[in-house]
Amino acid sequence: MWSFIHKLGSPPWFFRFGGNLVRWLLPVTLILLLVGAFWGLLVAPPDFRQGNSYRIIYIHVPAAVVALAGYYVMALAGAISLIWRIKMADIAMKAAAPVGAVLTGIALVTGAIWGKPTWGTWWVWDARITSMLILFFLYLGVVALFEAYENKAAAAKACAVLSLVGTVNIPIIYKSVDWWYSLHQPASIKFTGESAIDASMMYPLLLMIVAFYGLFAVTVVMNMRAELIWHHRQSSWVRQWAGFE
Amino acid sequence: MSLLAATNVAIERGDRTLLRGVSLRIEAGELWQLVGPNGVGKSSLMRALAGLARLGVEGAIQCNASTLFIGHSAALKRALTPLDNLRLHPACDTPVEDEQIRHALSAVSLAGYESVPVGALSAGQQRRVALARLCITPARLWFLDEPFTALDNAGCHWLEQQIAGHVASGGAVLFTSHQQSRFGAQQHDLDLARYASR
Amino acid sequence: MPAADQAALSLSAAFFRQFLRHGKTLAASPSDLLNPLLFFFMVVTLFPLGLGPDPERLSQMAPGILWVVALLASLMVSGKLFASDFEDGSLEQLCLAPHPLAILALAEVFAHWLGTGFLLALVSPLFAVMVGLPTQALPVLVVSLLLGSLCLTLIGAVGSALTVSIRRGGLLLSLIIIPLHVPVLIFGSSAVVEATRDGNVASWLALLAALALASLALAPLAIGAALRISLDNG
Repeated sequence: MWSFIHKLGSPPWFFRFGGNLVRWLLPVTLILLLVGAFWGLLVAPPDFRQGNSYRIIYIHVPAAVVALAGYYVMALAGAISLIWRIKMADIAMKAAAPVGAVLTGIALVTGAIWGKPTWGTWWVWDARITSMLILFFLYLGVVALFEAYENKAAAAKACAVLSLVGTVNIPIIYKSVDWWYSLHQPASIKFTGESAIDASMMYPLLLMIVAFYGLFAVTVVMNMRAELIWHHRQSSWVRQWAGFE
Repeated sequence: MSLLAATNVAIERGDRTLLRGVSLRIEAGELWQLVGPNGVGKSSLMRALAGLARLGVEGAIQCNASTLFIGHSAALKRALTPLDNLRLHPACDTPVEDEQIRHALSAVSLAGYESVPVGALSAGQQRRVALARLCITPARLWFLDEPFTALDNAGCHWLEQQIAGHVASGGAVLFTSHQQSRFGAQQHDLDLARYASR
Repeated sequence: MPAADQAALSLSAAFFRQFLRHGKTLAASPSDLLNPLLFFFMVVTLFPLGLGPDPERLSQMAPGILWVVALLASLMVSGKLFASDFEDGSLEQLCLAPHPLAILALAEVFAHWLGTGFLLALVSPLFAVMVGLPTQALPVLVVSLLLGSLCLTLIGAVGSALTVSIRRGGLLLSLIIIPLHVPVLIFGSSAVVEATRDGNVASWLALLAALALASLALAPLAIGAALRISLDNG
C-alpha cells in the first residue's frame, strides 16, 4: 500500500500509470454515457407533470453532483500538497479546477434551459441554482488565483489554502442559501422538494452519475499527464517517451 | 556547535534552478560575505538561510542561534516615528526599553529625530533607523542583505565598526555587498558563481 | 548590548504590540478611517436615485441595501490590510518573529476591524434612517453589523493575505472573497428583515455569532499560511 502511494508521487511512474488508466477507463465511461443517455432520453417514461422536458436532469443532475464532489477532490489534493508537500497533489489540484468549473457551468446552463419550460423564465433564484452559481464563483476564484501568481509552486499552495477555506464554507453556503430561500419563499413555485422519483427514471440517472464521475476522472488524469509532460519537458524520461533520445 | 549549518542546499525559482550544492557552516566569531554577480541568487540564498523562503529550497538548513534579518525593505511604517517603529518592531523577541532605543538612535546620529514620522526622513536616514536595531537586538547571528546601500561614508564606517564589534564579541554575521572584501582578511567569502547551475 | 538571557516576550505582549503598531498606523491616517464611512454614505445615496424616492419601497429594501453596502465597504478596505506590510518588508519581519504568525496577523486584523467594521456598525443607524429602515430594527442592524463585519473582515483578511503579492490584485480579491461572504450577507440581512416584521431575530443573530466565532478560530490559520505563501511569491 505505502509503496503504491509512494509510486504515485513519481512523475514517470504516474505518467505511465495514468496512461493505462485512461486507456481502460475512457471506453468504459463512453459506453456508460451512451447507454445512460439512450436510456434516459429515449427509453425512460415521460414525467406526468413536465412531459419530456424533465429529461434534461440526465445531464443537469450528474453535472451538479460531480461538480460539487470535484471541489472536495480538489481541496483534498490541496490538503495533501500542504501537509505532505507532494508535487503530484499540486498537479492534481491544478488539473481538477477547470474541469470542475466546466461541470458547474454545464449544470448552470442546463438548469436555465430546464427553467424555461418549467417556470417560464430562464433564471429563477431557486436555492439549488443559486448554490450552484456560488460554487461556480468558487471555482473561478481558484482558477484565477492560480493564473495570477508568478511563481507556480506558490500558486499551487495558495490555491490549496483557498480551496480548503472554500470547503469549510460550502456546507455553510448551501445551508444558508436554503434558509434564505425558505425565508423569502413565494410559496407558489415550490418545485424542488424531495419528491419520490420512480425507479424507471432513477436507474438511468444513477448510471449517468457514475458515467460523469468516470468522465471527471478521465479528464483530470489526462490533464495531469499533459501538465507532467510540460513540467518535465527537459528530463530524459519525457524525451525518451517522445522519441527524441 | 555551529550557529548555522547548511548542507547541500539548492534554490529553485519557478522552473529554474539557481544554485545547487551550497554548503556553509558559520561558527561564532565568523564574518561571511556572499559574493557573486547580479542575479546569481545571493538574496534568495540569504532568505532561505534566514528561514524566510521555504518553497523551492531543498537541502538541510539548521540554525542554532537567535537571528536577525535586515533585507532590502526597511520594515518601517512611514506614519510612525522612529521611536514607535523600533519599540513596536514585529520581529523583536524581547521587551525593549525606550532608553535603549534613544541610545541606539543617537548611535546612528538620529538624536533629535525620535518623534519625526519616518516618512519625512531621507532614504539614508530611514536606512539608519532600520540599522539601529543592531544596537538593540540580542540576536547572535545577523543576516544583512546589502546593508551598506544608501549610507554615507560616516554611516558605512559606523556599520563596519558595528559588525566588527559584534563578531569580536562572539556573534556572527552573514552579509552581501557589491563591494568586495570590505573587511579584508577578517572575512570569509562564499562565491556563489561556483554553485550556479546552468 | 542587552544580555542574551533577557526574558522573552510573552505571546500576549507580542499580540498587543502588533495590535498597537497597526492601530497607531491607522490612527495616523484619518482618511483610512473615514473613507469606508464616506463610501457607505455615498453608495446608500445611490439607491434612492436608482430605485426612486418612494419611502415604502425603500424601507422594504433597506435591510438588503444596508447590508450589501456594508459588505462592499468591507471588501474595499480589506485589500489594503496587508498591502503596506508586504511592500515595506514588515511581513518578512513578522514571519521571522518567534511567535505564531497566525496570532500576530490576528492582532493586525483586529485593529483593522476596530478602525473599519466596528466604526461602520456604530454609525450605521444614521444611514439606515436615510433609507427608511423602521426604527425598531435599528438595534438589530447595529448588532448584526458588529458580528457580521467581524466575519467579513476575517474572511477578507484571508483573501488579502492570498492576493497581497499580486500586482493589481483588487479585482481578484473580490472574485475569491464574494462567494465566501454569501452566508454572512444572508444571516445578517435576514436578521434585519425579521426585525422589521417582529419575527425570529435571535436565531439569525445566533447563526451570525457562530459564524464569527468559527472565523475567529479558523481564519487566522489560513491567514498565516497564506502570508507565508505570498512571501514565497514576492
